[in-house]
Parts: sequence; C-alpha cells; structure tokens
Amino acid sequence: MKYGGACTLHRLRTSLTGVDMSQALQQLINGITLGAIYGLIAIGYTMVYGIIGMINFAHGDIYMVSAFIAVTCFTLVASSGISSVVATIAITLVVCIALTSAFGWTVERVGYRPLRGSSRLAPLISSIGISIFLQNAVQITQGARVKSIQPLVTGGVNLIAAEGHHGAYVSYTQILIVAVTVLLMCGFTLFINRTSFGRQQRACEQDQRMMQFLGYNVDRIIALTFMIGAGLAAVAGVMVTLYYGVVDFSIGFQAGIKAFTAAVLGGIGSLPGAMLGGVIIGLIEAFWAAYLSPEYKDVATFVILIVVLMFRPSGLLGRPEVEKV
Amino acid sequence: MINEAPQETIEASTDRFRIESEHLEMGMNGLKHSMNVVAGIGLGGLALTWSVAACANLVVGVAGPMTGEYASGGEQFRKGAEQAVKDINAAGGLLGQKVDLVVGDDVCDPKQAVSVANSFVNKKVAFVDGHWCSSSTLPASDVYNDAQIPQVTVSTNPKITERGIQGIFRITGRDDQQGQVAGDYIAENFKGKKIAVVDEKTAYGGGLADEIAKELSAKQTPVVLRQSITAGEKDYSGLVSKLKANGVEVLAYGGYYQEVALILRQAAQAGLKLALIGGDTLTNNELVNAAGPEINKVIFTFPPDPRKNAAAAKVVEALRAQKIEPEGYMLYSYAAMQVFADAAKRANSTDYAAVVKQLHNASFSTVVGPVDFDAKGDLKSPGYVVYRWKGNNYEYVNK
Repeated sequence: MKYGGACTLHRLRTSLTGVDMSQALQQLINGITLGAIYGLIAIGYTMVYGIIGMINFAHGDIYMVSAFIAVTCFTLVASSGISSVVATIAITLVVCIALTSAFGWTVERVGYRPLRGSSRLAPLISSIGISIFLQNAVQITQGARVKSIQPLVTGGVNLIAAEGHHGAYVSYTQILIVAVTVLLMCGFTLFINRTSFGRQQRACEQDQRMMQFLGYNVDRIIALTFMIGAGLAAVAGVMVTLYYGVVDFSIGFQAGIKAFTAAVLGGIGSLPGAMLGGVIIGLIEAFWAAYLSPEYKDVATFVILIVVLMFRPSGLLGRPEVEKV
Repeated sequence: MINEAPQETIEASTDRFRIESEHLEMGMNGLKHSMNVVAGIGLGGLALTWSVAACANLVVGVAGPMTGEYASGGEQFRKGAEQAVKDINAAGGLLGQKVDLVVGDDVCDPKQAVSVANSFVNKKVAFVDGHWCSSSTLPASDVYNDAQIPQVTVSTNPKITERGIQGIFRITGRDDQQGQVAGDYIAENFKGKKIAVVDEKTAYGGGLADEIAKELSAKQTPVVLRQSITAGEKDYSGLVSKLKANGVEVLAYGGYYQEVALILRQAAQAGLKLALIGGDTLTNNELVNAAGPEINKVIFTFPPDPRKNAAAAKVVEALRAQKIEPEGYMLYSYAAMQVFADAAKRANSTDYAAVVKQLHNASFSTVVGPVDFDAKGDLKSPGYVVYRWKGNNYEYVNK
C-alpha cells in the first residue's frame, strides 16, 4: 500500500515535470514573447492617451506599416550582400524606427493637430479614418497577398530535454524579442523619468495650458510623443517579421485591438501598466490555447478584460481619475 | 469598428466585372455602351435595339478570389478560363457567336460570392466557370440555380452536389474522396507514428479534415489529437506546443496554405519535426515562399497533374509561350470551359435545359482527360494522387 502510494506519487511527479511542466514552461515562453510585442505596441496607445486623452486607432496600422518596411529592408539588405545576421537586424531596426517615426509624426501633423481644441470625438474619428487609409494604401501599393521573408535567426535552446522526446524549447528569435523589449523598456523608463524631455512630457500630461504659459512648445512635445510611440511600434514590427516571417496589410487591426486591450487592462495612461497588460494578455492567450481551446482564446482574453474592468475600472496599475477642482 | 472584409474588396470592386474582351472592335463596343447610357436617358426604344446588338456575343463568367488572401488560386483559375475562351474564339467562336468572358471576384467571401452571382445573372451569362472556394460556391450556386445558369466548379466540399441542384457540375473530386486518399496514405506510410488531425473550420478545411479522420478510424489508425483553429491568425504557438506535448509526428491538416506555412515555421522554431499532409489547396506556389525550407515537409493530394496529359500538350505549350506555368487549377478551369462549349455544340443551343442534359449524359474529352458526370454532377471516375513538395516543384510521391 505504502509502496503503491509512493509509486503513484512518483508517476505523478514524472508527469508533472516531464509533460505538464515542459508544456507549461513552453507556453510561458511563448506567452511572454507574444506579450512583449503587444506591450511595445500598447505603450504607443497609453502614451498618446496620457498626453492628449485620445485613443489613436491608427496606431495598429503604424505597426503594420513598420512590418512592411521591415520586410522590404530585410530583403534589400539580404540582396546587397550583407550576410551578418546582427548587422542585418541592426540596419533594419534603425531604418524601420526612423521611417516609422516619420510616419507617426506625419499622422499627428496631418490627422490630429488641426483638430486640437475641437471636440474629443473629432480626432478619434480622424484616427479611424487614418487607420482605413493606411490599410488601403498598403493594400493597393503592396498588394493584398501575404509577404514573407526567409527565416533569419534559426535554432534555439532546449530547456528540459531530460524526459526524452519533448522539452521546452526557446528559439533564439524569442530570446532576441524579449531581450530587445527589456532593454528598450529600461532605456525608455530612464528616458521618461530622468531626461528633460521626459519631464516636459509628464508635465504636459498634467497641465498643457500651464506648460504653454511657461513657454514650452506643447505641439512639439506631442509630436515627439507620437514619434516615440511609432518608434516602439516599429521595433514590434521588426520583431514580428522576424518571429512569424509573414506580414499582410491587415495585421495591424488585430494587433492594434490586442495592444489597446493591453493598455486598458494595465491602466490606460500608465507606462508600466501597458507592458504588464501586454504580458498578461500574451500569457492568457498562450495558456488558453494550450490547455483549453485555441479557437476560443480571443473570447477568453476579452472576458478577462471585462472582469478586470468590473473590479478595477481604471485598470491594474491605473490611478483612478481625480476630479480636479 | 473597422471591418476587414469590405476593405479587402475595395480593390475588388474596381476590377470585379472588367470585361475581358479580346475584340478588335473594342472601340465599337465602347461606343455601343455609351450609346446605351445616352439612349437610356430618354430614348427607351432605341436603347433596346442597341442592347440587343450588344448582346450578339455570348457571355460566360469565371469567378474566384481574384484579390485577397487566396488571389493566386483565383489567378490560376482566371488564366485557364481566359486561354480557353481565346482558343474557342480562335476556332470560330461558339455556335457562330463570339464568346466574351466576364471575371467575378468573390475574395472567397460568401457574401461577395452572392453579389458576383447576382451580377452575372444581370449580365445574362450563359455559363459560370467557378467558384473556387467551397464557401463561395455553396451560396452562389443557389443564385445560378434560380436563374437557370449551368455551372462547373472545382470546389471540393461534398455538399455542393448533394443538394439536388441539376445545373451544377464538379470537374474535380470531392473532399470525401480526397480525404480517403490522404487517410489511406497516412495509414500506410506513417504506421505507428503519432497523428493529429487539425482543421480551420472553413467549409473546405473542416470537411476535408473530417473525411481524413473518418478514413483513419476506418483503418484503425489512432489519432492522438483532433483540433480546430481559427484561420487568419499569426500566432499558432499554442497549437504547436499542444502538438509537441502530444508527441505528434504527422499532422493531417484541412485548410489553406497561409496557415500551413505559419504552423510549419512555428513548429520548426519550437524544434518540432512534423510531416504535414493536406489537400488540393497546397499546390499553391506561394506556399514555397511563405514556408521557406519547411516546404519539403508538405505532402498533399491533388488530381493527377494534367500537364502530363497528351491532350493538354498544345494548351500547355501555348500558355508557356506566354510565360504562364499551367499549374494548379489552371487546366481544370480551361477544361470547365471546354466541357461547356462541347455541351452547347452538341445541344446546338446555350439553353439551360439542353446544355444540362448534355452535361449529364455525354462524355467529353478535355485537357484534363475524359470527363463524365454522374447524376449528381460529380465526376464518375475522379482520381486523387499524393504529391510532395521538393524545393520549388511538386512531384508524385510514388514515382
């Protein structure tokens, strides 16, 4: 009896460590990777909301544009004879961030700045218009078909390979995505908290009119905020292109909605909240798809969002709106 | 808020009903057309005479996804029909009439398919070559049936010919036949391996996967995982780790090529070695690009390669001379036009009842070999062969 019990226990432990644990770890890795990408996009939503109080629905499409720039850039670099993977990724990142930031600036200048001071709904509608414009412009100029690149970073590390045929596997691409995101987040946090632009931006969030009285160019600060958001989305675009290898003109919609959800879940306006929300949504999707049903993972994501908002209306890390007197 | 489907069709709407007329008197047609418009404003009687004159040509339609995700399949389909119409006209037309081809773009969207069908009806087409996707063919065929227009399709969902519609014919096999061939292949060649059956819940993918699963259980081959996924996503890592956790070595997949490419790439990234078996849509050469080196793991069923037919030699040559490789559905689309032209000739009319009667009873020789339809409109002897991708080309598995 005692012996049998031990045996069962042993079997249980084997199954836990061998099968369940490795799958759980695998999904943890997949979820964090996905979450990092969502988080990078979510920061663009949350920052813009923080500073001018609008949801920039075109942000997902800015990300889509950056993925197309990344595909073009990867192909060009590959055909120009540069074979170093590190150089290829570095060049693509720089080009992508530069061009996409320019896109972000243009969108703000053309679509939102003329509407500043009008009703709150006007720039919202404008952002939906820009979203449709960008999608269709890309569809018409690049074609409706899927664009793909050859896998650039291949291989990875097996984490638990002891139990035989399957363990948890981290691909180098996943490591790269998470590493780049963590580095970027650290740098970004320092940038917002320590530099004079960061201070100006936070001050703008609190009181734009006062900033104007003090002689700051508020338009410039807002434009820069859009450019930074677009730059982060550009990094996400490059990472997604590396990770999945295929892009099409409609990827911005789904990614945008997920990232927006991440921003709301984390508390819109809060930068760490956006990152946290991204990772949580990535994890929910990964675990739901693996243990329950891949078909219903989006349903699960949004149900959890609704539940969280019922109990914490301002999101996980958001501060409740204080009525200003 | 932002609905995806209508946007995909924006491009579609511009060239949806472009008339592919190979006419020398193109200018004349344009004149007739504008006269129609002018006359239509006030001179009703005149307009009538003009439109009768404009209808002297016989109009046939080809419909499929000319834009959107599955555009390359639609392109094969359209090019086959164009070449067939060209050849028919070069041989003096059909029943003394020149044949005009109208192209309908359904983007593989059932709603769009119905509006394409309605517009074909308005254009009074005598015959429809299409549609391509099962989910488009199903709703569109009801419209053609009401309007009494005969139709030859390549869609493989069994339901298409099971609804008692007289005027619909299928020039390829059905998913149940296709699934049977794929299931047999798996049972024979992957004995003892762990097998998963996955589909993407479309009329085509779900149907095919069900048939494969059915055949596998008939052959007493166990399936360790039966799963559905949502098409159109980018992240299938959840599915991949589920496959990995179950130790799956062979994946039977019902669906289109985009998801296949993503699943294979993500499986490779997760260090999972898979053999993937799918259906006829995996002939698409865009899969090569999207799947990268993983393409060599793809096995699929497709009707015997018609390019190897002696009867197709002339057409294949003509297409290759225009730098068009007659792959996938191109020759099937060509054959659909041939079958209609032949039936109309035999009936000496393009009247629905007469043509349909010929289609049901006669046998036709086409570029895809002899074609004989049964009472339902299915091929009497459909063949499916198992192919394998190798680099940029596919070949028979058993040579």
